Amino acid sequence: MIKIMAGAALALGLTAGAAGAQNLETGGKLLLTGGVSSIEGSGGGGLATWATTTGYGSEEGVGGNAHATFVSLPDFEFRTYGVAVGLFDRVELSYARQEFDTGSTGGKLGLGDGFTFSQDVVGLKVVVLGDAVYDQDRWYPQVAVGAQYKMNDQGAIIGAVGGRDDQGVDYYVAATKLLLDRSLVVSGAVRLTRANQTGLLGFGGPNEDGYSPQFEGSVAWLAGRRLAFGAEYRSKPENLGFAKEDDWADVFVAYAFNKNLSVTAAYVDLGDIATVKDQRGVYISLQAGF
Amino acid sequence: MKTLLGLTAALTLTVLAAAAYAQETRPWAMPGEEKVDPYTVAEANAGTGPITDPKVFEAFHGKDGLARIVATTLDMAYADARIGPIFKPFERPRIERTLNEHFCYVLGGGCAYSGRDMAAAHKDMGVKPGDMGALVEILQKAMDKEGVPFGMQNRFLAKLAPMKRDVVNK
Repeated sequence: MIKIMAGAALALGLTAGAAGAQNLETGGKLLLTGGVSSIEGSGGGGLATWATTTGYGSEEGVGGNAHATFVSLPDFEFRTYGVAVGLFDRVELSYARQEFDTGSTGGKLGLGDGFTFSQDVVGLKVVVLGDAVYDQDRWYPQVAVGAQYKMNDQGAIIGAVGGRDDQGVDYYVAATKLLLDRSLVVSGAVRLTRANQTGLLGFGGPNEDGYSPQFEGSVAWLAGRRLAFGAEYRSKPENLGFAKEDDWADVFVAYAFNKNLSVTAAYVDLGDIATVKDQRGVYISLQAGF
Repeated sequence: MKTLLGLTAALTLTVLAAAAYAQETRPWAMPGEEKVDPYTVAEANAGTGPITDPKVFEAFHGKDGLARIVATTLDMAYADARIGPIFKPFERPRIERTLNEHFCYVLGGGCAYSGRDMAAAHKDMGVKPGDMGALVEILQKAMDKEGVPFGMQNRFLAKLAPMKRDVVNK
């Protein structure tokens, strides 16, 4: 009897779940308006986070995606993989695994060949104002606030180079506006951070241990429904003493095959990293989702 | 006296003709169209002002081009799995005429819009937020088919986008 009731309850629950799912929209947003996946896993450009939620879910729907990004630099390789969901065009949850592979450079730096710094980034973003796409009659952008919790797995090395912590939290406010009559997307964010090289070299250091405000921004021109060209800039703190840390920049092209698959290619300038100069290279990112 | 009679007759005829004219052109009950509840015709019903740059309407190939775009849009919208059910309860002739008027007005084509405001026109249709996106995508395809450059399409869509607030049923 209990079994039957449990079965009935389960059936009811499933039915209710299915009915609920029918009320959830998917794919309600326009192509590319969900942005692509940034290196920290949240929706945005490549290096800069945007105020938009990832995926193609509308205010009454959900969207989600997975991404893989490869950055090939002269002396290093940088990879990120992650997943993100957008809920009701309001909240975004994201996870990314970043790997900074020193390859043969690791040996020269005394870390050992193939030494890899890795960190997990868990992100939360909440849209607090505006609609970047539809509010074309209002001057103000879509605004979101967010936090990214970063956990690096190389605490010992980070300590040895002067980093104070192997984990930290970034906080940001992002503002994004589609200027549709000009086919332009403009986005800027202020990030409060203690991260060295976004956290790959830990958090805080001898020069500065506290939070500092940093800027990241993107400008993209929509050349067609599927195609966007753009440029990005991201400023960074210089907390560590052993090596200089540069601001980052890129020029990119993003192409959406459809709402389920997009590719972003960029030329990135990551400057000097861990005493190794002029790390400029090619960035390729694939995103699959809905 | 004769003059007075003549004048009265003329006046009566004028009044009758005017009444008949008004009867025929009531925009909520046009011949061959599904009737809707009477409403006040006003320029403000268009929900936005017209684009002033004449290049935009030219890019849409004027009224003929626009008529093709509206026809393609409605062909696709009625047949669409997602938003077809929203359109199907309504007969096409009135929608097609008012859409042509509305788009022509917004594009700066010099037409008058005789339809209802966006909130009244879409009341109780059950339009969800994503349906607006689906219709925009259909409209984009129709504009592509007409050969309207993407940048010009966006100048038009920038005018329509804020109407989402009135079109989507909360």
